Amino acid sequence: MATRTTTRPRIRPTEDYQPTVIGGHRQTSAERALVYMILLLGALLLMVPFLWMLSTSLKPLGEVFEFPIRWIPTRIVWSNYADVFSKAPFGRYLLNTVFITVVAIVGNLIGSSLAAFAFARFDFPGRNLLFLVMLSTMMVPAWVTMIPTFIMFNYFGWLDTFKPLLVPAFFAQPFYTFLLRQFFMGVPKDLEDAARIDGCSTFRIFWQVMLPLSRPALATVAIFSFFSHWNVLLGPLLYLQSQEKLTVSVGMLFFQGEQGTNYPVMMAAATISMLPCLVLFFLAQRLFIQGVVVSGVKG
Amino acid sequence: MPQMRMSMRKRQVMEAYMFLLPWMLGFLVFSLGPLLGSLYLSFTQYRGYQAPSWVGFDNIQRMLFKDKLFWQSLKVTLLYAAGYLPLGLVFGFSIALLMNQKVRGILVFRTIYYLPSVVSGVAVALMWQFIFHRDFGVLNAILGWFGIDPIPWLLSERFALVAFVIMGLWGVGSSMIIYLAGLQGIPTDLYEAAAIDGATVWQRFWRITIPMMTPTVFFNLVTGLIGTLQIFATAYVMTSGGPNYATYFFSLNIYDTTFKRLEFGYASALAWVLFVLILILTLLVFGTSKRWVYYEHDVERRPA
Repeated sequence: MATRTTTRPRIRPTEDYQPTVIGGHRQTSAERALVYMILLLGALLLMVPFLWMLSTSLKPLGEVFEFPIRWIPTRIVWSNYADVFSKAPFGRYLLNTVFITVVAIVGNLIGSSLAAFAFARFDFPGRNLLFLVMLSTMMVPAWVTMIPTFIMFNYFGWLDTFKPLLVPAFFAQPFYTFLLRQFFMGVPKDLEDAARIDGCSTFRIFWQVMLPLSRPALATVAIFSFFSHWNVLLGPLLYLQSQEKLTVSVGMLFFQGEQGTNYPVMMAAATISMLPCLVLFFLAQRLFIQGVVVSGVKG
Repeated sequence: MPQMRMSMRKRQVMEAYMFLLPWMLGFLVFSLGPLLGSLYLSFTQYRGYQAPSWVGFDNIQRMLFKDKLFWQSLKVTLLYAAGYLPLGLVFGFSIALLMNQKVRGILVFRTIYYLPSVVSGVAVALMWQFIFHRDFGVLNAILGWFGIDPIPWLLSERFALVAFVIMGLWGVGSSMIIYLAGLQGIPTDLYEAAAIDGATVWQRFWRITIPMMTPTVFFNLVTGLIGTLQIFATAYVMTSGGPNYATYFFSLNIYDTTFKRLEFGYASALAWVLFVLILILTLLVFGTSKRWVYYEHDVERRPA
């Protein structure tokens, strides 16, 4: 299901209708050629950073400093990638990051879907007000809550553990709750009513009817959650200290030596760290873009 | 006889709150509590080893009248926002217009243009740090083809912020995709009707596309603003605020004040100023939105 790589326009122009750049008549072939030229040039420009990173990560150190630029290394130095793992406990960082990300995704899914279900399916006093309160917390910068939160986690004795990064994930994130609520509201109620008549408890309805029906929305949230936890710097920077507990984002800073930075190894580390994001994007492109679009257009 | 069962309604409300419990707990412990905590701290002097001591508005006074770094970090952040947001809007919108073309292979282009937005954080910062390298970076090499002398991007007070804007624009795909969705939501019959009435392409663009897109522009503007004012990771990694505080973003200032200068009270005050600034700017955008954002339900709609 996730391998389809198309985004489908929701409104299909009629057969003979070809919108031009600014919306109008049929395109001439000259116009089309121009559009292609611009698109190609732009695509090339946007890909240069990736290609440059990849090319550098496979170069012998000496060729980094050559002028003019050598795009294709004279020999492919795979050992740069091995060096990433031998010069720092990068494997450990990867494991930590995977662990934190997976637990946090599960937490996000549970916490947010519970709250979203309440907002989507119940009528209770103060619902709209609470929903508004929840949405408005999205505007609060993490910087404002950082110091008291840090003091609190310190008081709990949670510094240099994963807990500050994991525990908060289990309490409904506003943005994900919003996305899930939008989806839940669109799910027809018939099945739930039928289940209720059969004597299903509300929690079972939530767990066995609503959640299975909401797989696409849950997948979208999981993907968003993955990206935010995989890449985040601030939390791990504040709360993790021991070498063996660091995540990729903090651990990678090690490669940024003060002097004589080994650029090929640094770029290899950056490539490894970006790879899961790129792969996930290609696998789940449709879901991902749908999610972005829903949040943007209906938001 | 005592009531054995709660009424349906009461039970429903109870259940709703059960489902909401995790959010409410999280809200109290991780949002509201810390929010009030830092509001209190921002009126105190607190360095961690003694209890916070109340100093009233001293922190604000210090900020406004004595702290050059406060003004510098405010300037840097606003300059960046003023540079990035308009350019991001223009690029994001224009690319979306291109992406809305029905040409062969457009889906591949969409993927390519969106790709930079799926990576972020330290890896991207390290990558760009090398791209901006004065002597061995690819950017100067490309500029060199056009006869432009090497620019000391991140090492120069003049160009460092420009470099951040360039890097920001590389990730413009995320707003592009939202503009694209907006464009695809414009009913084609509007264009067809206008064409029948003899409207020119430009007229259709200005009278249909632009007004119909204002809600999307508005959304991107607000979210862009909130995000831009909090930029941290890239600056932390690439420049640590240098050279000579030329990229000392507000969030870096908060971070340093907290974890390097250990002034928790003053840092809280700074964070609250950032929060209030975000609120004011967002309200400002909201306030003007009535004048330029067009919503369909504002006008009478013919029955579907």
